[in-house]
Amino acid sequence: MAQYLMSVLDDTTNSATPEEMTAIRAYNERLQANGHWVFAGGLAAPATATVIDGRHGEAVLTDGPYLESKEYVGGFWIIEAADLDVALRLAAEGSRHCNRRVELRPFLG
Amino acid sequence: MSDAGEAIARAHREAWAQVVAALARRFGDLDIAEEMTAEAFATAVERWPADGVPPNPAAWLTTTANRKAIDRVRREAKREEKHREARMLAGPPEPPGAIGDDRLRLIFTCCHPALAMEARVALTLRMVGGLTMPEIARAFLVQEPAMGRRITRAKAKIKAAHIPYRVPSREDLPARVTGVLAVLFLIFNEGYLASDPGKEAIRADLTAEAIRLTRLLRALMPADGEVTGLLALMLLTEARGPARVSPDGELVTLDEQDRGRWDRELIAEGHALVRERLATGEPPGRYQILAAINAVHTDARDIRDTDWSQVLALYDLLVQVDPSPVVRLNRAIAVAELDGPQAALTELAGLPLDDYHAFHACRAELLRRLGRREEARAAYDRAIALSGNSAETAYLVRRRDHG
Repeated sequence: MAQYLMSVLDDTTNSATPEEMTAIRAYNERLQANGHWVFAGGLAAPATATVIDGRHGEAVLTDGPYLESKEYVGGFWIIEAADLDVALRLAAEGSRHCNRRVELRPFLG
Repeated sequence: MSDAGEAIARAHREAWAQVVAALARRFGDLDIAEEMTAEAFATAVERWPADGVPPNPAAWLTTTANRKAIDRVRREAKREEKHREARMLAGPPEPPGAIGDDRLRLIFTCCHPALAMEARVALTLRMVGGLTMPEIARAFLVQEPAMGRRITRAKAKIKAAHIPYRVPSREDLPARVTGVLAVLFLIFNEGYLASDPGKEAIRADLTAEAIRLTRLLRALMPADGEVTGLLALMLLTEARGPARVSPDGELVTLDEQDRGRWDRELIAEGHALVRERLATGEPPGRYQILAAINAVHTDARDIRDTDWSQVLALYDLLVQVDPSPVVRLNRAIAVAELDGPQAALTELAGLPLDDYHAFHACRAELLRRLGRREEARAAYDRAIALSGNSAETAYLVRRRDHG
Protein backbone atom coordinates (compact mmCIF):
# COMPACT_ATOMS: atom_id res chain seq x y z
CA MET A 1 0.00 0.00 0.00
CA ALA A 2 1.23 3.46 -0.86
CA GLN A 3 0.04 6.83 0.36
CA TYR A 4 -0.64 9.80 -1.87
CA LEU A 5 -1.31 13.47 -1.26
CA MET A 6 -4.14 14.77 -3.38
CA SER A 7 -4.05 18.57 -3.43
CA VAL A 8 -7.07 20.49 -4.63
CA LEU A 9 -6.06 23.36 -6.92
CA ASP A 10 -8.27 26.42 -6.64
CA ASP A 11 -8.25 30.11 -7.41
CA THR A 12 -11.05 31.36 -5.16
CA THR A 13 -11.66 30.82 -1.44
CA ASN A 14 -14.69 29.28 0.24
CA SER A 15 -15.98 28.61 -3.20
CA ALA A 16 -17.47 25.16 -2.76
CA THR A 17 -21.19 25.23 -3.50
CA PRO A 18 -23.65 23.26 -1.35
CA GLU A 19 -23.92 20.70 -4.18
CA GLU A 20 -20.15 20.30 -4.26
CA MET A 21 -20.03 19.90 -0.46
CA THR A 22 -22.66 17.15 -0.65
CA ALA A 23 -20.70 15.39 -3.40
CA ILE A 24 -17.44 15.70 -1.43
CA ARG A 25 -19.07 14.22 1.69
CA ALA A 26 -20.39 11.26 -0.29
CA TYR A 27 -16.94 10.76 -1.83
CA ASN A 28 -15.30 10.88 1.62
CA GLU A 29 -17.69 8.24 2.91
CA ARG A 30 -16.81 5.97 -0.01
CA LEU A 31 -13.08 6.47 0.61
CA GLN A 32 -13.62 5.44 4.23
CA ALA A 33 -15.81 2.45 3.38
CA ASN A 34 -13.25 1.14 0.88
CA GLY A 35 -10.22 1.60 3.10
CA HIS A 36 -8.62 4.43 1.08
CA TRP A 37 -9.15 7.22 3.61
CA VAL A 38 -6.26 8.55 5.67
CA PHE A 39 -7.08 12.23 6.18
CA ALA A 40 -8.62 15.20 4.41
CA GLY A 41 -9.38 18.84 5.03
CA GLY A 42 -10.16 22.19 3.47
CA LEU A 43 -7.77 25.10 3.99
CA ALA A 44 -8.52 28.73 4.79
CA ALA A 45 -7.54 31.43 2.31
CA PRO A 46 -3.81 31.87 1.52
CA ALA A 47 -4.01 35.39 3.02
CA THR A 48 -4.46 33.75 6.45
CA ALA A 49 -1.07 32.04 6.20
CA THR A 50 2.05 32.98 8.17
CA VAL A 51 5.54 32.02 7.00
CA ILE A 52 7.92 31.21 9.87
CA ASP A 53 11.70 31.09 9.45
CA GLY A 54 13.25 29.61 12.59
CA ARG A 55 16.56 28.66 11.01
CA HIS A 56 18.57 31.53 12.46
CA GLY A 57 17.80 31.93 16.14
CA GLU A 58 14.62 33.79 16.89
CA ALA A 59 11.85 32.98 14.44
CA VAL A 60 11.05 35.59 11.81
CA LEU A 61 7.39 35.81 10.91
CA THR A 62 6.03 36.93 7.57
CA ASP A 63 2.38 37.68 7.07
CA GLY A 64 0.94 35.87 4.05
CA PRO A 65 1.85 32.96 1.81
CA TYR A 66 5.44 32.39 0.68
CA LEU A 67 4.39 32.42 -2.92
CA GLU A 68 1.95 34.72 -4.65
CA SER A 69 0.26 32.67 -7.30
CA LYS A 70 -3.03 32.62 -9.09
CA GLU A 71 -3.68 29.04 -8.07
CA TYR A 72 -3.10 27.54 -4.68
CA VAL A 73 -3.95 24.50 -2.61
CA GLY A 74 -7.50 24.90 -1.37
CA GLY A 75 -7.69 21.59 0.44
CA PHE A 76 -6.29 18.08 0.33
CA TRP A 77 -6.84 14.40 0.78
CA ILE A 78 -4.32 11.84 1.92
CA ILE A 79 -5.32 8.51 0.47
CA GLU A 80 -4.01 4.99 0.56
CA ALA A 81 -3.98 2.89 -2.60
CA ALA A 82 -2.37 -0.30 -3.89
CA ASP A 83 -0.67 1.52 -6.77
CA LEU A 84 -0.86 4.58 -9.01
CA ASP A 85 -3.61 3.14 -11.22
CA VAL A 86 -5.92 2.86 -8.20
CA ALA A 87 -4.88 6.30 -6.93
CA LEU A 88 -5.47 7.87 -10.35
CA ARG A 89 -9.00 6.51 -10.45
CA LEU A 90 -9.70 7.86 -6.95
CA ALA A 91 -8.19 11.22 -7.92
CA ALA A 92 -10.34 11.43 -11.06
CA GLU A 93 -13.41 10.83 -8.91
CA GLY A 94 -12.24 13.35 -6.32
CA SER A 95 -11.65 15.97 -9.00
CA ARG A 96 -15.12 15.41 -10.39
CA HIS A 97 -16.81 15.59 -6.97
CA CYS A 98 -15.06 18.74 -5.73
CA ASN A 99 -15.23 20.23 -9.24
CA ARG A 100 -11.55 21.29 -9.17
CA ARG A 101 -8.30 20.03 -10.64
CA VAL A 102 -6.24 17.96 -8.23
CA GLU A 103 -2.52 17.19 -8.06
CA LEU A 104 -1.60 13.65 -7.04
CA ARG A 105 1.77 13.12 -5.43
CA PRO A 106 3.23 10.05 -3.75
CA PHE A 107 4.67 10.13 -0.26
CA LEU A 108 8.29 9.04 0.03
CA GLY A 109 8.97 5.47 1.03
CA MET B 1 29.96 -11.25 -38.78
CA SER B 2 30.99 -14.36 -36.82
CA ASP B 3 28.42 -16.96 -35.78
CA ALA B 4 28.60 -15.75 -32.19
CA GLY B 5 28.24 -12.14 -33.35
CA GLU B 6 25.18 -13.01 -35.37
CA ALA B 7 23.69 -14.99 -32.51
CA ILE B 8 24.18 -12.04 -30.16
CA ALA B 9 22.59 -9.62 -32.64
CA ARG B 10 19.66 -11.98 -33.09
CA ALA B 11 19.26 -12.49 -29.34
CA HIS B 12 19.33 -8.73 -28.87
CA ARG B 13 16.49 -8.35 -31.38
CA GLU B 14 14.44 -11.25 -30.14
CA ALA B 15 15.15 -11.60 -26.44
CA TRP B 16 16.08 -8.18 -25.02
CA ALA B 17 12.52 -7.28 -23.97
CA GLN B 18 11.93 -10.76 -22.59
CA VAL B 19 15.01 -10.61 -20.34
CA VAL B 20 14.29 -7.04 -19.12
CA ALA B 21 10.65 -7.95 -18.47
CA ALA B 22 11.47 -11.12 -16.54
CA LEU B 23 13.93 -9.25 -14.33
CA ALA B 24 11.61 -6.32 -13.80
CA ARG B 25 8.98 -8.68 -12.46
CA ARG B 26 11.32 -10.63 -10.26
CA PHE B 27 13.13 -7.64 -8.77
CA GLY B 28 10.39 -5.03 -9.01
CA ASP B 29 12.92 -2.49 -10.26
CA LEU B 30 13.36 -1.24 -13.82
CA ASP B 31 16.87 0.09 -13.17
CA ILE B 32 18.18 -3.27 -12.09
CA ALA B 33 16.33 -4.98 -14.95
CA GLU B 34 17.82 -2.68 -17.57
CA GLU B 35 21.38 -2.59 -16.26
CA MET B 36 21.69 -6.31 -15.57
CA THR B 37 20.24 -7.17 -18.99
CA ALA B 38 22.82 -4.91 -20.61
CA GLU B 39 25.55 -6.60 -18.53
CA ALA B 40 24.33 -10.06 -19.48
CA PHE B 41 24.64 -9.10 -23.16
CA ALA B 42 28.13 -7.73 -22.51
CA THR B 43 29.06 -11.06 -20.92
CA ALA B 44 27.67 -12.87 -23.96
CA VAL B 45 29.92 -10.76 -26.19
CA GLU B 46 32.92 -11.92 -24.13
CA ARG B 47 31.98 -15.54 -23.70
CA TRP B 48 30.04 -16.79 -26.72
CA PRO B 49 32.88 -16.48 -29.26
CA ALA B 50 35.09 -18.70 -27.06
CA ASP B 51 32.54 -20.97 -25.34
CA GLY B 52 30.14 -21.27 -28.25
CA VAL B 53 26.55 -20.08 -28.52
CA PRO B 54 24.35 -21.67 -25.82
CA PRO B 55 21.50 -23.88 -27.09
CA ASN B 56 18.88 -21.49 -25.70
CA PRO B 57 20.33 -17.95 -25.86
CA ALA B 58 17.32 -16.26 -24.24
CA ALA B 59 17.39 -18.61 -21.26
CA TRP B 60 21.17 -18.19 -20.91
CA LEU B 61 20.81 -14.41 -20.93
CA THR B 62 17.97 -14.45 -18.40
CA THR B 63 19.89 -16.74 -16.04
CA THR B 64 23.03 -14.64 -16.37
CA ALA B 65 21.16 -11.37 -15.82
CA ASN B 66 19.32 -12.87 -12.85
CA ARG B 67 22.56 -13.99 -11.23
CA LYS B 68 24.08 -10.55 -11.68
CA ALA B 69 20.98 -8.91 -10.25
CA ILE B 70 21.01 -11.15 -7.17
CA ASP B 71 24.70 -10.32 -6.62
CA ARG B 72 23.96 -6.65 -6.86
CA VAL B 73 20.94 -6.80 -4.55
CA ARG B 74 23.03 -8.74 -1.99
CA ARG B 75 25.83 -6.19 -2.19
CA GLU B 76 23.39 -3.34 -1.71
CA ALA B 77 21.59 -5.14 1.09
CA LYS B 78 24.87 -5.67 2.89
CA ARG B 79 25.95 -2.10 2.36
CA GLU B 80 22.71 -0.62 3.53
CA GLU B 81 22.31 -3.27 6.24
CA LYS B 82 18.75 -3.68 5.23
CA HIS B 83 16.92 -6.76 4.27
CA ARG B 84 15.90 -5.40 0.92
CA GLU B 85 16.66 -8.64 -0.79
CA ALA B 86 13.80 -10.56 0.78
CA ARG B 87 11.33 -7.82 -0.09
CA MET B 88 12.50 -7.43 -3.65
CA LEU B 89 12.67 -11.10 -4.44
CA ALA B 90 9.07 -11.51 -3.37
CA GLY B 91 8.08 -9.29 -6.28
CA PRO B 92 4.85 -7.39 -6.66
CA PRO B 93 1.68 -9.35 -5.99
CA GLU B 94 -0.03 -10.69 -9.07
CA PRO B 95 -3.68 -9.61 -9.33
CA PRO B 96 -6.07 -12.49 -9.95
CA GLY B 97 -6.90 -13.16 -13.57
CA ALA B 98 -3.95 -11.22 -14.94
CA ILE B 99 -3.25 -12.05 -18.55
CA GLY B 100 -0.19 -12.17 -20.68
CA ASP B 101 3.45 -12.16 -20.71
CA ASP B 102 6.02 -10.16 -18.76
CA ARG B 103 6.74 -8.19 -21.90
CA LEU B 104 3.16 -6.96 -21.99
CA ARG B 105 3.49 -5.72 -18.41
CA LEU B 106 6.68 -3.95 -19.40
CA ILE B 107 5.02 -2.25 -22.38
CA PHE B 108 2.09 -1.01 -20.30
CA THR B 109 4.41 0.31 -17.61
CA CYS B 110 6.61 2.17 -20.11
CA CYS B 111 3.54 3.67 -21.83
CA HIS B 112 1.77 4.69 -18.61
CA PRO B 113 -0.38 7.80 -19.11
CA ALA B 114 1.05 9.44 -15.96
CA LEU B 115 4.38 9.79 -17.84
CA ALA B 116 4.96 12.55 -20.37
CA MET B 117 4.64 11.38 -23.97
CA GLU B 118 8.33 11.95 -24.71
CA ALA B 119 9.26 9.91 -21.63
CA ARG B 120 6.99 7.07 -22.77
CA VAL B 121 8.63 7.04 -26.18
CA ALA B 122 12.16 7.05 -24.78
CA LEU B 123 11.42 4.44 -22.14
CA THR B 124 9.70 2.12 -24.62
CA LEU B 125 12.61 2.31 -27.06
CA ARG B 126 15.12 1.62 -24.26
CA MET B 127 13.34 -0.99 -22.14
CA VAL B 128 11.29 -2.83 -24.77
CA GLY B 129 13.23 -2.03 -27.94
CA GLY B 130 16.70 -2.38 -26.45
CA LEU B 131 18.00 0.71 -28.25
CA THR B 132 20.99 2.32 -26.55
CA MET B 133 20.81 5.77 -25.04
CA PRO B 134 22.98 7.30 -27.83
CA GLU B 135 20.76 5.69 -30.47
CA ILE B 136 17.59 7.10 -28.92
CA ALA B 137 19.18 10.51 -28.41
CA ARG B 138 20.30 10.59 -32.05
CA ALA B 139 16.90 9.46 -33.34
CA PHE B 140 15.18 12.37 -31.62
CA LEU B 141 18.02 14.84 -32.05
CA VAL B 142 18.36 15.32 -28.31
CA GLN B 143 21.69 15.56 -26.50
CA GLU B 144 22.61 12.26 -24.90
CA PRO B 145 22.73 13.54 -21.29
CA ALA B 146 19.29 15.12 -21.76
CA MET B 147 17.88 11.85 -23.06
CA GLY B 148 19.54 10.02 -20.17
CA ARG B 149 17.91 12.38 -17.67
CA ARG B 150 14.54 11.90 -19.34
CA ILE B 151 14.75 8.13 -18.93
CA THR B 152 16.17 8.32 -15.40
CA ARG B 153 13.41 10.70 -14.34
CA ALA B 154 10.74 8.43 -15.81
CA LYS B 155 12.13 5.38 -14.02
CA ALA B 156 12.29 7.34 -10.75
CA LYS B 157 8.66 8.35 -11.12
CA ILE B 158 7.58 4.78 -11.86
CA LYS B 159 9.24 3.72 -8.62
CA ALA B 160 8.21 6.61 -6.36
CA ALA B 161 4.62 6.91 -7.59
CA HIS B 162 4.12 3.12 -7.64
CA ILE B 163 3.21 2.84 -11.29
CA PRO B 164 2.20 -0.82 -11.37
CA TYR B 165 3.99 -3.53 -13.33
CA ARG B 166 1.02 -5.30 -14.76
CA VAL B 167 -1.53 -5.44 -17.51
CA PRO B 168 -4.26 -2.87 -16.70
CA SER B 169 -7.61 -3.95 -15.33
CA ARG B 170 -10.35 -4.78 -17.79
CA GLU B 171 -12.05 -1.38 -17.35
CA ASP B 172 -8.81 0.52 -18.03
CA LEU B 173 -7.57 -1.75 -20.80
CA PRO B 174 -9.11 -0.20 -23.96
CA ALA B 175 -7.88 3.31 -23.09
CA ARG B 176 -4.47 2.00 -22.09
CA VAL B 177 -4.05 -0.02 -25.30
CA THR B 178 -4.93 3.14 -27.22
CA GLY B 179 -2.17 4.90 -25.27
CA VAL B 180 0.39 2.22 -26.16
CA LEU B 181 -0.60 2.40 -29.84
CA ALA B 182 -0.21 6.19 -29.76
CA VAL B 183 3.39 5.76 -28.54
CA LEU B 184 4.20 3.21 -31.25
CA PHE B 185 2.56 5.33 -33.96
CA LEU B 186 4.49 8.38 -32.81
CA ILE B 187 7.77 6.45 -33.11
CA PHE B 188 6.74 5.31 -36.58
CA ASN B 189 5.73 8.78 -37.72
CA GLU B 190 8.92 10.33 -36.42
CA GLY B 191 10.78 7.90 -38.66
CA TYR B 192 8.37 8.26 -41.56
CA LEU B 193 8.23 12.03 -41.72
CA ALA B 194 11.00 13.41 -39.57
CA SER B 195 9.91 16.71 -38.11
CA ASP B 196 13.35 18.27 -38.05
CA PRO B 197 14.62 19.97 -41.21
CA GLY B 198 18.22 18.93 -40.50
CA LYS B 199 17.40 15.24 -40.50
CA GLU B 200 16.97 12.74 -43.28
CA ALA B 201 13.41 12.75 -44.60
CA ILE B 202 12.82 9.11 -43.78
CA ARG B 203 14.65 7.30 -41.05
CA ALA B 204 14.18 3.62 -41.67
CA ASP B 205 15.66 2.69 -38.29
CA LEU B 206 12.74 4.25 -36.43
CA THR B 207 9.99 2.95 -38.73
CA ALA B 208 11.52 -0.53 -38.60
CA GLU B 209 11.71 -0.37 -34.81
CA ALA B 210 8.09 0.78 -34.54
CA ILE B 211 7.00 -2.10 -36.78
CA ARG B 212 9.04 -4.59 -34.75
CA LEU B 213 7.47 -3.38 -31.48
CA THR B 214 3.97 -3.44 -32.98
CA ARG B 215 4.57 -7.00 -34.23
CA LEU B 216 5.53 -7.92 -30.68
CA LEU B 217 2.38 -6.30 -29.30
CA ARG B 218 0.27 -8.16 -31.87
CA ALA B 219 1.87 -11.45 -30.88
CA LEU B 220 0.93 -10.65 -27.27
CA MET B 221 -2.59 -9.33 -28.01
CA PRO B 222 -3.66 -11.10 -31.21
CA ALA B 223 -7.39 -10.50 -30.63
CA ASP B 224 -7.14 -6.72 -30.35
CA GLY B 225 -8.38 -5.27 -33.64
CA GLU B 226 -6.66 -1.92 -33.25
CA VAL B 227 -3.25 -3.51 -32.59
CA THR B 228 -3.64 -5.47 -35.82
CA GLY B 229 -4.97 -2.36 -37.55
CA LEU B 230 -1.95 -0.29 -36.54
CA LEU B 231 0.46 -3.00 -37.72
CA ALA B 232 -1.33 -3.17 -41.09
CA LEU B 233 -1.28 0.62 -41.36
CA MET B 234 2.47 0.73 -40.66
CA LEU B 235 3.25 -2.06 -43.13
CA LEU B 236 1.21 -0.48 -45.94
CA THR B 237 2.83 2.90 -45.28
CA GLU B 238 6.34 1.46 -45.03
CA ALA B 239 5.79 -0.45 -48.27
CA ARG B 240 5.62 2.85 -50.16
CA GLY B 241 8.78 4.16 -48.50
CA PRO B 242 11.16 3.38 -51.41
CA ALA B 243 9.04 5.48 -53.79
CA ARG B 244 8.33 8.34 -51.43
CA VAL B 245 11.52 10.37 -51.81
CA SER B 246 13.16 11.11 -55.15
CA PRO B 247 16.93 10.64 -55.70
CA ASP B 248 17.43 14.38 -55.15
CA GLY B 249 15.61 14.26 -51.82
CA GLU B 250 12.21 15.56 -52.81
CA LEU B 251 8.96 14.19 -51.47
CA VAL B 252 7.03 12.29 -54.14
CA THR B 253 3.27 12.37 -53.64
CA LEU B 254 1.09 9.31 -54.08
CA ASP B 255 -0.06 10.24 -57.58
CA GLU B 256 3.53 10.59 -58.86
CA GLN B 257 5.11 7.59 -57.15
CA ASP B 258 6.68 4.78 -59.16
CA ARG B 259 4.48 1.97 -57.92
CA GLY B 260 6.93 -0.62 -59.22
CA ARG B 261 9.17 0.37 -56.33
CA TRP B 262 6.62 -0.41 -53.68
CA ASP B 263 7.46 -3.36 -51.45
CA ARG B 264 5.06 -6.11 -52.60
CA GLU B 265 5.78 -8.37 -49.64
CA LEU B 266 4.86 -5.73 -47.08
CA ILE B 267 1.74 -4.89 -49.09
CA ALA B 268 0.66 -8.54 -49.19
CA GLU B 269 1.15 -8.84 -45.43
CA GLY B 270 -0.74 -5.60 -44.77
CA HIS B 271 -3.63 -6.64 -47.02
CA ALA B 272 -3.85 -10.00 -45.27
CA LEU B 273 -4.14 -8.24 -41.89
CA VAL B 274 -6.87 -5.91 -43.20
CA ARG B 275 -8.79 -8.93 -44.55
CA GLU B 276 -8.36 -10.70 -41.24
CA ARG B 277 -10.01 -7.76 -39.46
CA LEU B 278 -12.82 -7.48 -42.02
CA ALA B 279 -13.57 -11.17 -41.56
CA THR B 280 -14.27 -10.67 -37.84
CA GLY B 281 -17.22 -8.40 -38.62
CA GLU B 282 -16.36 -6.30 -35.57
CA PRO B 283 -16.79 -2.53 -35.92
CA PRO B 284 -13.36 -1.14 -36.86
CA GLY B 285 -11.50 1.48 -34.85
CA ARG B 286 -9.41 4.35 -36.12
CA TYR B 287 -6.27 2.40 -37.06
CA GLN B 288 -8.22 -0.35 -38.80
CA ILE B 289 -10.04 2.21 -40.94
CA LEU B 290 -6.77 3.99 -41.78
CA ALA B 291 -5.25 0.63 -42.70
CA ALA B 292 -8.24 -0.13 -44.95
CA ILE B 293 -7.79 3.25 -46.70
CA ASN B 294 -4.15 2.41 -47.30
CA ALA B 295 -5.16 -1.02 -48.56
CA VAL B 296 -7.33 0.64 -51.22
CA HIS B 297 -4.43 2.87 -52.29
CA THR B 298 -1.92 0.01 -52.45
CA ASP B 299 -4.43 -2.07 -54.39
CA ALA B 300 -4.45 0.34 -57.33
CA ARG B 301 -2.01 -0.03 -60.23
CA ASP B 302 -1.95 3.74 -60.67
CA ILE B 303 -3.66 6.79 -59.27
CA ARG B 304 -6.48 6.70 -61.89
CA ASP B 305 -7.18 3.11 -60.95
CA THR B 306 -7.83 4.09 -57.31
CA ASP B 307 -11.29 3.29 -55.99
CA TRP B 308 -11.98 6.79 -54.63
CA SER B 309 -15.59 6.08 -53.72
CA GLN B 310 -14.31 3.32 -51.45
CA VAL B 311 -11.74 5.72 -49.97
CA LEU B 312 -14.45 8.32 -49.35
CA ALA B 313 -16.76 5.74 -47.76
CA LEU B 314 -13.94 4.77 -45.39
CA TYR B 315 -13.28 8.42 -44.52
CA ASP B 316 -16.99 8.86 -43.77
CA LEU B 317 -16.64 5.95 -41.33
CA LEU B 318 -13.50 7.49 -39.86
CA VAL B 319 -15.20 10.85 -39.31
CA GLN B 320 -17.73 9.03 -37.11
CA VAL B 321 -14.96 7.53 -34.98
CA ASP B 322 -12.71 10.60 -35.03
CA PRO B 323 -14.36 13.84 -36.17
CA SER B 324 -11.13 15.83 -35.91
CA PRO B 325 -10.29 18.57 -38.46
CA VAL B 326 -7.26 16.60 -39.72
CA VAL B 327 -9.50 13.66 -40.64
CA ARG B 328 -11.86 16.03 -42.45
CA LEU B 329 -8.89 17.50 -44.30
CA ASN B 330 -7.89 14.05 -45.56
CA ARG B 331 -11.48 13.28 -46.45
CA ALA B 332 -11.53 16.44 -48.59
CA ILE B 333 -8.70 15.01 -50.70
CA ALA B 334 -10.95 12.07 -51.62
CA VAL B 335 -13.79 14.50 -52.30
CA ALA B 336 -11.54 16.36 -54.74
CA GLU B 337 -10.94 13.16 -56.72
CA LEU B 338 -14.64 12.32 -56.89
CA ASP B 339 -16.40 15.69 -57.07
CA GLY B 340 -13.63 18.03 -58.19
CA PRO B 341 -11.43 20.67 -56.52
CA GLN B 342 -14.20 23.22 -55.93
CA ALA B 343 -16.24 20.77 -53.83
CA ALA B 344 -13.13 19.90 -51.83
CA LEU B 345 -12.29 23.57 -51.26
CA THR B 346 -15.77 24.08 -49.84
CA GLU B 347 -15.12 21.18 -47.45
CA LEU B 348 -11.91 22.83 -46.26
CA ALA B 349 -13.50 26.19 -45.52
CA GLY B 350 -13.67 26.84 -41.82
CA LEU B 351 -11.43 23.98 -40.68
CA PRO B 352 -9.37 25.32 -37.74
CA LEU B 353 -6.04 24.21 -39.22
CA ASP B 354 -4.36 27.50 -40.02
CA ASP B 355 -1.11 26.38 -38.34
CA TYR B 356 -0.97 23.01 -40.07
CA HIS B 357 1.31 22.78 -43.14
CA ALA B 358 -0.70 19.96 -44.77
CA PHE B 359 -3.86 22.09 -44.71
CA HIS B 360 -2.18 24.83 -46.73
CA ALA B 361 -0.48 22.33 -49.04
CA CYS B 362 -3.85 20.77 -49.78
CA ARG B 363 -5.54 24.16 -50.36
CA ALA B 364 -2.66 25.21 -52.61
CA GLU B 365 -3.06 22.10 -54.75
CA LEU B 366 -6.82 22.60 -55.09
CA LEU B 367 -6.41 26.30 -55.97
CA ARG B 368 -3.76 25.39 -58.53
CA ARG B 369 -6.12 22.90 -60.18
CA LEU B 370 -8.78 25.61 -60.29
CA GLY B 371 -6.31 27.96 -62.00
CA ARG B 372 -6.41 30.47 -59.10
CA ARG B 373 -2.68 31.06 -59.36
CA GLU B 374 -2.19 33.98 -56.98
CA GLU B 375 -4.11 32.31 -54.17
CA ALA B 376 -2.34 29.01 -54.83
CA ARG B 377 1.05 30.71 -54.57
CA ALA B 378 0.14 32.32 -51.24
CA ALA B 379 -1.05 28.95 -49.91
CA TYR B 380 2.20 27.25 -51.00
CA ASP B 381 4.18 30.00 -49.26
CA ARG B 382 2.27 29.39 -46.06
CA ALA B 383 2.73 25.59 -46.31
CA ILE B 384 6.48 26.00 -46.92
CA ALA B 385 6.81 28.33 -43.94
CA LEU B 386 5.11 25.77 -41.67
CA SER B 387 6.71 22.55 -42.96
CA GLY B 388 9.71 21.22 -41.07
CA ASN B 389 10.56 18.31 -43.32
CA SER B 390 13.29 18.87 -45.92
CA ALA B 391 11.82 16.57 -48.60
CA GLU B 392 8.40 18.06 -48.22
CA THR B 393 9.72 21.63 -48.46
CA ALA B 394 11.58 20.74 -51.68
CA TYR B 395 8.38 19.31 -53.16
CA LEU B 396 6.30 22.36 -52.18
CA VAL B 397 8.85 24.79 -53.60
CA ARG B 398 8.85 22.97 -56.95
CA ARG B 399 5.05 22.91 -57.05
CA ARG B 400 4.88 26.61 -56.25
CA ASP B 401 7.48 27.66 -58.79
CA HIS B 402 6.83 25.24 -61.66
CA GLY B 403 3.24 24.08 -61.14
